[in-house]
Amino acid sequence: MTDAHHPAVPQGVEELDIIGVRHGAFGAADGGDTSGFGGLVDPIVMPAPATRPFGGWFDEVSDELELALQAGGLPATEAIEKVVIYKDEITYHVRREHLLAFVTMLRDEPGLRFEMCLGVSGVHYPGETGRELHAVYHFLSITHNRRVRVEVSVADGDAVIPSIVAVYPTCDWHERETWDFFGIVFDGHPALTRIMMPDDWPGHPQRKDYPLGGIPVEFKGGTIPPADQRRSYN
Amino acid sequence: MSTDNVTFTNAAGSDEADDYAGSYDTTEGRIYNVSGGDWGTIAGAPEGEHDRIVVNMGPQHPSTHGVLRLILEIDGETVTEARAGIGYLHTGIEKNMEFRSWVQGVTFVTRMDYLTPMFNEVAYCLAIEKALGITDQIPERASVIRVMMMELNRISSHLVALATGGMELGALTAMEFGFRERELVLDIFEMVTGLRMNSAYIRPGGVAQDLPADGEQKIRDTIPLLRKRLKDTADLLVDNAIWMGRTVDVGYLDLAGCMALGITGPVLRSTGLPHDLRKSQPYCGYEDYEFDVITKTSCDVYGRFLIRIEEMEQSLRIVEQALDKLKPGPVMIEDKKIAWPAQLSIGSDGQGNSPEHIKEIMSESMEALIHHFKLVTEGFRVPAGQVYVGIESPKGELGCHIVSSGGTRPYRVHFRDPSFTNLQAVAAMSEGSMISDIIAAVASIDPVMGGVDR
Repeated sequence: MTDAHHPAVPQGVEELDIIGVRHGAFGAADGGDTSGFGGLVDPIVMPAPATRPFGGWFDEVSDELELALQAGGLPATEAIEKVVIYKDEITYHVRREHLLAFVTMLRDEPGLRFEMCLGVSGVHYPGETGRELHAVYHFLSITHNRRVRVEVSVADGDAVIPSIVAVYPTCDWHERETWDFFGIVFDGHPALTRIMMPDDWPGHPQRKDYPLGGIPVEFKGGTIPPADQRRSYN
Repeated sequence: MSTDNVTFTNAAGSDEADDYAGSYDTTEGRIYNVSGGDWGTIAGAPEGEHDRIVVNMGPQHPSTHGVLRLILEIDGETVTEARAGIGYLHTGIEKNMEFRSWVQGVTFVTRMDYLTPMFNEVAYCLAIEKALGITDQIPERASVIRVMMMELNRISSHLVALATGGMELGALTAMEFGFRERELVLDIFEMVTGLRMNSAYIRPGGVAQDLPADGEQKIRDTIPLLRKRLKDTADLLVDNAIWMGRTVDVGYLDLAGCMALGITGPVLRSTGLPHDLRKSQPYCGYEDYEFDVITKTSCDVYGRFLIRIEEMEQSLRIVEQALDKLKPGPVMIEDKKIAWPAQLSIGSDGQGNSPEHIKEIMSESMEALIHHFKLVTEGFRVPAGQVYVGIESPKGELGCHIVSSGGTRPYRVHFRDPSFTNLQAVAAMSEGSMISDIIAAVASIDPVMGGVDR
């Protein structure tokens, strides 16, 4: 059944990645909607998982990965939650317990050789119950001139992801930054302390539930509220 | 009065003596006493060990390249352990961008690494264009202008790297030369964009305005002067015995170290690996330009210095080719649902929307006015999803990761700033060296704290 709350699910896809719902014509959250379209309900759906064949070198890399994972006694479906291909970029959603094995393989397998990790950053999806916090890793293979993205999702109440500093030392500061801004704990990091905010700062500023803050801009005879309190169309 | 016979108790009232804060009673009432003690009695110096001397260098220090804090453990003049402390210039740019439209974001990103504003803007705009799926629709002229501005910016950034690096090592003439030559580039920026820095010139879909009428000629005229002056700067330092004494074999970091630490840019190329995203993953039409990727194999500060000198020469080559490629045409995408409705122009009262556009929306077409209003206040929407774009900034790979929820604002923007990652190499480059060498090592990384902290 398809309606506004339950959009059509493409064949071969179990579940859509819905991160929120947009109401009204302009997405204005405050004040009345006088457009006449205030009743619109529009789920925000992230790109759906891809199915084989992926096309291009994506299949080659995925084959290599599956073989390598199987050689390590780990079925690929166990480690990889899903694969998303969007705008010619491939994203492997990896279960956190297998992240370390996965990235070690990315680095070491001759057919993969992702020598360089470009760091990790977080994304907060408060609307995705049970997987609110995502850690997003980007890898670059200079040998094969390829890029892949690895994404790990955890629940807000259990935001622990194994640290990959032992495999990619460059992630040291990146993991500290992600901890600082999102509150994701990287288990096994040598010194997971805040890096941008002061050590005694309360909260994690880039989470969606953390306000932007700011003071009104004052003009002669009028003020403009801070950016997060203005009327907005989103 | 004497306190010899007074019993000290700590603030909690227990009898246990407190080394830091005690109190005693007098006829006037209780007096609280906060005092320091001897560090040795408080911390207890470990047996058989020398004193550790930890020196805090920065965040306000003339030779730490901005508000970088170096925490050095030293043994005489030798650095035994080095740690970098950052975050003193964190401005919350990524968070702020989530509350502004996609186009307004350009104004923020240009302020991150303030010495490479064009690169920040291009990385961000390329990411948006990729998410919108309009990469192929960017007009040729806009791409050529982007390349030209980026390469001019590469020169100015390398000149500052040279100038501040020289100043930190005591080569003040190099500083004067570097900043003087940079003015030539900034003059071009001012002529083209209206601003010397933070110009917000490159916009999703193209660039904010076309080159001024005599702009092409002025850039052409500047190149020979720039080339001559760059040679003067190079002559000043390349064979300079003092400069070489301070930089050769200093700040050593080999290929394995660079790979592990994720180092890119001149530092990586100083290990002999010709990795340059302009060649390996071209964008903005870089595949159509002829230039060389400069590498050295010395892995040291001197090698990185030479790379920067020669890269500036290559950038001039690219600028010349770009000038030859400039053909008349639009500089903003044709799609009216994305393109900024007005081109900017300079009038008697300053920079603003062009008079023709004002005339159209104010007195000719109501629809054009509505369209202008919708696009400027609400902005365009970017389909839900995430993309990553990496470009070769003067400092290394500048990556832009944007996530959209289908709205008129970014859901999340993250910049992988090369300075941020490269600064992690400070410890590997300088532990075991002299304090003076750590200055050279940091200068060779060329971090800009505005980009590191964002």
